[in-house]
Formats: sequence, structure tokens, C-alpha cells
Amino acid sequence: MIARFAAGLVVLSVSGAAAGPSLRPAPAGAISGKVTYTGTLPKVRPIDMSKEPACVAAHPTPVTTQDAVTGPGNSVRYVVVYISAGDQGAPAATDTVHYDQKGCLYIPHVAAMQVHQPLAIFNDDPHSHNIHPLARVNAEWNKSQPKGAPPIRTSWDQPEFIPVKCNVHPWMHGYFAVLATPHSDVTDSSGNFSLGGLPPGKYTVTAWHERFGTQSQEVTVGGSETKTANFVLTARPY
Amino acid sequence: MRPQTRWLSLVSACGAVLLLGSVSPAPAQETHVGSLTGRAAAGKPLYTRYCAGCHGDDGDAQGENAQWIDPKPRDFTTGTFKCRSTPSGSLPTDQDLFNSVTRGFVTTNMPPWVALTAQNRVDVVSYIKTFSSRWQRARPGTPITIPPEPAPTIQSILHGRELYQRMECWKCHGPAGHGDGPSAKTLTDSKDDPIRPYNFQTGSRFMCGTTNQDLYRIFMTGLDGSPMPSFDDQLKPADAWDLVHFLRTLQPLKTPEATIWRAWFTTHGRELKPIGQEGGGQ
Repeated sequence: MIARFAAGLVVLSVSGAAAGPSLRPAPAGAISGKVTYTGTLPKVRPIDMSKEPACVAAHPTPVTTQDAVTGPGNSVRYVVVYISAGDQGAPAATDTVHYDQKGCLYIPHVAAMQVHQPLAIFNDDPHSHNIHPLARVNAEWNKSQPKGAPPIRTSWDQPEFIPVKCNVHPWMHGYFAVLATPHSDVTDSSGNFSLGGLPPGKYTVTAWHERFGTQSQEVTVGGSETKTANFVLTARPY
Repeated sequence: MRPQTRWLSLVSACGAVLLLGSVSPAPAQETHVGSLTGRAAAGKPLYTRYCAGCHGDDGDAQGENAQWIDPKPRDFTTGTFKCRSTPSGSLPTDQDLFNSVTRGFVTTNMPPWVALTAQNRVDVVSYIKTFSSRWQRARPGTPITIPPEPAPTIQSILHGRELYQRMECWKCHGPAGHGDGPSAKTLTDSKDDPIRPYNFQTGSRFMCGTTNQDLYRIFMTGLDGSPMPSFDDQLKPADAWDLVHFLRTLQPLKTPEATIWRAWFTTHGRELKPIGQEGGGQ
């Protein structure tokens, strides 16, 4: 009886700590895959940076627009893939997301983060930028960041895909993908993504691209297996 | 749900709202400016009569006149406002909104609404705050602190000029403040409509006031929804005042700053490096 009571206490204390980092190493499944496209791509246009000589000098090869970056095998880069349902109560992401302004480009072009996750925005250029996240659900703000200024540290309260722009350099466009989930990834130059640390369960996985829209599919992960989920987005020329 | 049941639930919901209303009025519906208290219910008919023509019945900037207006009327559903005493990204204070309605916006179709009584204007402000849910979710920001203005000197003006170069104000406002910097032509507001930077050469009033303190507040808090960013993270108060003093010399006005500047410039003007891409600004 006493032993059962004590066991109950242990269970209680473990479940009480569930809000923080888990005490038990959970079996970690994963979902990985590749995002490709069908259809007609929008034209990739060269970016004219002549307004900012330092940025022209920073790019020995011409830079092109980043709103539809594709690779071999019709793969699509900069697609945000995330768990849109099924991981409620997962521990919050606490590592700081870095967003750089370098050579008059946003690096990465698309940054995924969870609501309230720390975000640090750096200016690595030898001149000013203004960072202007055009938020609709969250609060829109617009701050100047001259050369050598410390990073702007912030976070977002609500899930939203927020376009980011620099008004001084009108070709600079990026996105903050603010998500309810800590499980997200942005596809690499081969269109690959991987969502790790998933306890067994049924998940809805969603892929979002700034030009090609959103697509979802359901994936069930059992134990510590890696499930594959591929997405084929429809490219539109305009 | 059957119609009868729906009626019942609607009636009980109304009752609940009434009860809640009598206990704690929704904070966003009420506005305080000085000793005046505004109420949204009183502001609604005024808004419909005087404001909705441009700003729209739903506050979404889709009034029947909006298509003919440039710059476009403010869309109140976004809860984003240019003229604030509060940091970028935060809601303005009641006083900020009251000042905007009272002052109007020079170079736009928004006139000063001094024909309305102060009580009317506070009521209208109260109603404007019902269009965005931001007013329910967040409180207005804390106004930035503006220390007393030091007297302008040639040193403060020259330092302000250096900041105009270093902070790259000239990229939009132009090397001589004519609103013709290299980025001026491509500027768009947050709705992607073209927008012009302020041209100091016109000497006109600023978007958000007329005084040196207003000028200080404009660049420190930024004009949210426009390309003008905030600088309060980047400029110390003493630097900000120096920049104010220099900006005044760009206007064709008989200000104390311009008098000091012109006297100095006649003898030392040639020593100055130009402002701009190649310039050192000093």
C-alpha cells in the first residue's frame, strides 16, 4: 500500500514537471522528407543592388530573387515544414533564432520559430538597415539598426507568417514563420527537411511556401522510427 | 441548434454581456484625456457622420472617398498608428490619438478636427479603438522620456549633421533634406502604397506636430505603418537633440538653429564634407 502510494507520488511529481523539460527520455521519432514542385515557376530575376555599393561588392556573382528558389529534381528551398496538430504540450523551444542582414540579404531568407521563442536580429553590413516586420496579427514595428549596432532581441506572441522588409533596400524580403509548435524546419537547397524529437502519436504535418501556398498531410509516428512525408507544391508563375 | 434554442442562448448571452458591462466596462471602450472621459457609444454617431466617408463604417479604410485619396486613410483594424509617444510596435496613448484627431495630418486629406468639441473628439477616439482587437489584447506602450532641450550650438548642429550621415537619414530624406535620397523613389507603406519621405525644404509642419519636441519624438518612436523606423534604441537623448538641431537647419525657416548655422556656414562652409554615399558628413 505504502509502495503504491509512493509510486503515485512519483507519477504526480513527473506529471507536475511536464511543463518544463521532460525528466524521462521520451522515445524520439522523426518525420523527414523532401518538398518538390510541379507547374510553372515564376521568373527568377537578378537583384540590382547598385544603390548600395558595399552590397554590390559583397556579391562577386549576381544575386537573384529568393521568393522561389529551386534545386535539382524540382526541389524547393525555403519551405517551412511544421507540425500543425498533434504535438500540443510539447516543451517550448528556448534556443535563440538568429536572423542576419548580410550583403543586403536576409540570412536565412525564411526563419521558423515558435511563439515566444527568442529571436536575435543582427546587422553584419557596413551600413544601416531598417527591420520592418509587416505583422498583422502581432504588432507591426520598424526599427533602425545602423552598422555595428547590437542585435535586436525580440519574440512574437501569436502564430503568423510575417513578411519582413527593409525600406532602405527595397529588394530585401524575408519571412518570420512564427508557429505554435516547437517542431519545425525550413527546407535546404535540396528541398529536404527533418522534424525530430517526436513522441509516438498522430501528427498533421504542414508545408508552407511564400509563393506556392500550404499543404498538409497526416503522419503517424510510432516508437523511435523515422517516417517519410514528401510534399509536391504547385508552382504558379505569378 | 433549433431556432428557439438559438434565441434563448442569444438572450442569455446578452444578459451576460449586460451583467459583465455593469461590473467592469471593457477598458478599450473608454478613453481618458486630461479630465475628459470618452465613450465609444457616444463616438459612433460622430464617427459615422464625420470619419466613415474615408475610414469606412468598419474602420477598414474602405470608405466611399478612400479610392480618391492619396495617401490612403488610416486602417483602424490593424491597430497601427504613425503618431505615437510610445515605442515602435506598441499602441499609442489616448492622448496621442486625441492629438492626431485634433491636429490632422498636414499634406494629407485629414483635416484638423477642431470644429468638434474636445469631448466629441475623445468620444471618437474611444470608438476608433473598437475596430482592432489589439486594444483588447494589449495596453498602450509607455511614452518615451524626452529630457529638456539643451540650447542649440554650432557644436550640437555639426554633431547632428554627422548623425544624419551616420544614421543614414539621407538615404531617404536626401543629402540636403529634399526628400530625394537614393531610396526615396522605392518607398512603400505597409499596404504597399507608394509614400514620400518628408521634404525639409518645404518647411511645412511635420506629420506629427510642429515643435522641436515633436521632431524628437517622430524619429525616436518612428512612424509605424510607414518606412520611417524608430531610433530610440540607437540614439542617446543628447545625440537625438543634436539631430533635432541639425534637422531644423534644413528647413527654410527663421529658427534659432538656422541662424547659428547660416552665420557659421558663411565662414566655414567649405570645410564641410558633403553628405551622401561618399561623404563623411563632417
